[in-house]
Amino acid sequence: MSESLVTFHDVSRFYGEVLGINRVSLAIPPGVTSLVGPNGSGKTTLMNLMTGLIRPTEGEIRVLGVPPNQPGKLCRMVGYCAQFDAFPKGLTGYQFIYSYLLLHGFAPAESAARTRTAIERINMVGAANRPVAAYSKGMRQRVKLAQAIAHDPQVLVLDEPLNGLDPMARAETIALFQEWGGKGRHVIVSSHILHEVDRISDQVILLSQGYVVAEGAIQGVRDEVKEQPMQILVRTPRPEVLAARLFSQRCAVEARISADGKGLLLRTRDADATYLMLNRVVLEEGLEVESVAPADDDASSVYHYLIGAEGASV
Amino acid sequence: MNALWMRQLAAVWRLEWKKTLFSKRGWWIYCLALAPVFLTGMHWLIESHAHSRHHSLGDDSVAFAALFQFFYLRGAIFFGCMGLFSNLFRGEMLEHTLHYYYLTPLRREMLVAGKYLAGLAAALLLFVGGTVASFLLIGRHAGAAYTSYILHGPGLGQLAWYAVTAALACVGYGAIFLMTGLFFRNPMIAGAVVFVWEGVNPFLPSLLQKVSVIFYLRNLAPVEVPVPPPLNLMVIAADPTPAWLAVGGLLAVSALLLAYTAVSARTAEIGYGE
Repeated sequence: MSESLVTFHDVSRFYGEVLGINRVSLAIPPGVTSLVGPNGSGKTTLMNLMTGLIRPTEGEIRVLGVPPNQPGKLCRMVGYCAQFDAFPKGLTGYQFIYSYLLLHGFAPAESAARTRTAIERINMVGAANRPVAAYSKGMRQRVKLAQAIAHDPQVLVLDEPLNGLDPMARAETIALFQEWGGKGRHVIVSSHILHEVDRISDQVILLSQGYVVAEGAIQGVRDEVKEQPMQILVRTPRPEVLAARLFSQRCAVEARISADGKGLLLRTRDADATYLMLNRVVLEEGLEVESVAPADDDASSVYHYLIGAEGASV
Repeated sequence: MNALWMRQLAAVWRLEWKKTLFSKRGWWIYCLALAPVFLTGMHWLIESHAHSRHHSLGDDSVAFAALFQFFYLRGAIFFGCMGLFSNLFRGEMLEHTLHYYYLTPLRREMLVAGKYLAGLAAALLLFVGGTVASFLLIGRHAGAAYTSYILHGPGLGQLAWYAVTAALACVGYGAIFLMTGLFFRNPMIAGAVVFVWEGVNPFLPSLLQKVSVIFYLRNLAPVEVPVPPPLNLMVIAADPTPAWLAVGGLLAVSALLLAYTAVSARTAEIGYGE
């Protein structure tokens, strides 16, 4: 089982006396996993540890069963798009990808073929022979991504990969992550853009001050946050009727009718009971309901509940 | 497997070679390497147009020996190698690009070897090339007599030893500065310490003189340079080392330093101080 997971067992990393991460235990399954947390929460430390760029002060890490101190094995199955916007001098986009494929041990012909495929994958065929130094920020970000995927890794680690991308490139990149994750590979992404975390992630890991605050599918994490009542948005022409019935049955702790008078935002401590009650009210009152949707089981809300005010600035 | 290593080594070399030799920041290294070529070229031009000859070939031979020992060995090659080799790791750490290497399955020993060979190729081209060009120019004003000195006299042998000594200086100082570039955040401090140690070498007890690169290089230089007074009174004459031992010793020490650098590169972390 651990052969298909990225595992951290009681891992701590200190930079001198400064805490990077503390006693982190994780088992990351295949799919798209987002690391979410404020600056300094330990996201990059976690990524650098799993790619072997730094070593843990304590604890044990395995990437698909391989410890990161075996770069010969690890680097064949891991691709890392690091946060640094830096490139070796004097190379074109093509040369940048090709040169590091040669270092992976591919023969020149295969390196050339893989380079072309990676460049096509990120839609940069026209700019491939231009120096990287002449690229825009978004192009540099994309060519870094191409370099990280060119050797076809099983585990793709990406530190803020959507930074600097225009909306079109952003959509294409997200599609790439989803395709990669859908093939049963690991895509581990750190991001500050919470609504995109919702779109791309199969699971999230929330970090704060070097500790893992929560991990799992977003809805599952939200369900665990018992102290915050769930929010449910119901679109209906008669929200006051619904609100009265829910209050009479003590299903809601708060209800707010929207400004257009056709929506009701409920806060409830028991979502399942509320949904049952909603069904009953619809049947008994003949209530017309356009939509029912949870309003706070997204990454942004979960982040706000668990990490708090720090999250507001993210 | 060996073919894989060779391919990886060649790939590192190719990436580093261009960067090392054609760096804009390395302009001062070209100046150091080519200054004697310029000076000896000027000497040729001036002496060729002088009405009466001022320098004999013997004078030129001693002048070149002094230029080689005091400018090339103690100055140009020392500082040039510091600039070239320290940057191989430190430069990439400052530019935040070293992680690209560390994210490949390349053996770290191969990385050290590839970088060292690229630096060495650049250093040999600049400094052995500069030495040879300067030697060929310094007596050029004597025309056929200098050609005869080179082809039929001691000139060719001297030229070969100067080239070997310059090459060994690049090998030795290159190994030192590749290592300091990996270990020290500011390799200038380590460079200054080595520079002082190498500079005071003739004034040290004979045993300590042997713990340096310059001692062996000085022994290999084909023409001795007389130390002017009053410094000659402070110089301690150490037993000269046979050429085979000087060459072998320098190569062995360089290999040891490189091996230590390779072992350290295996355990190096890439955090760029963040």
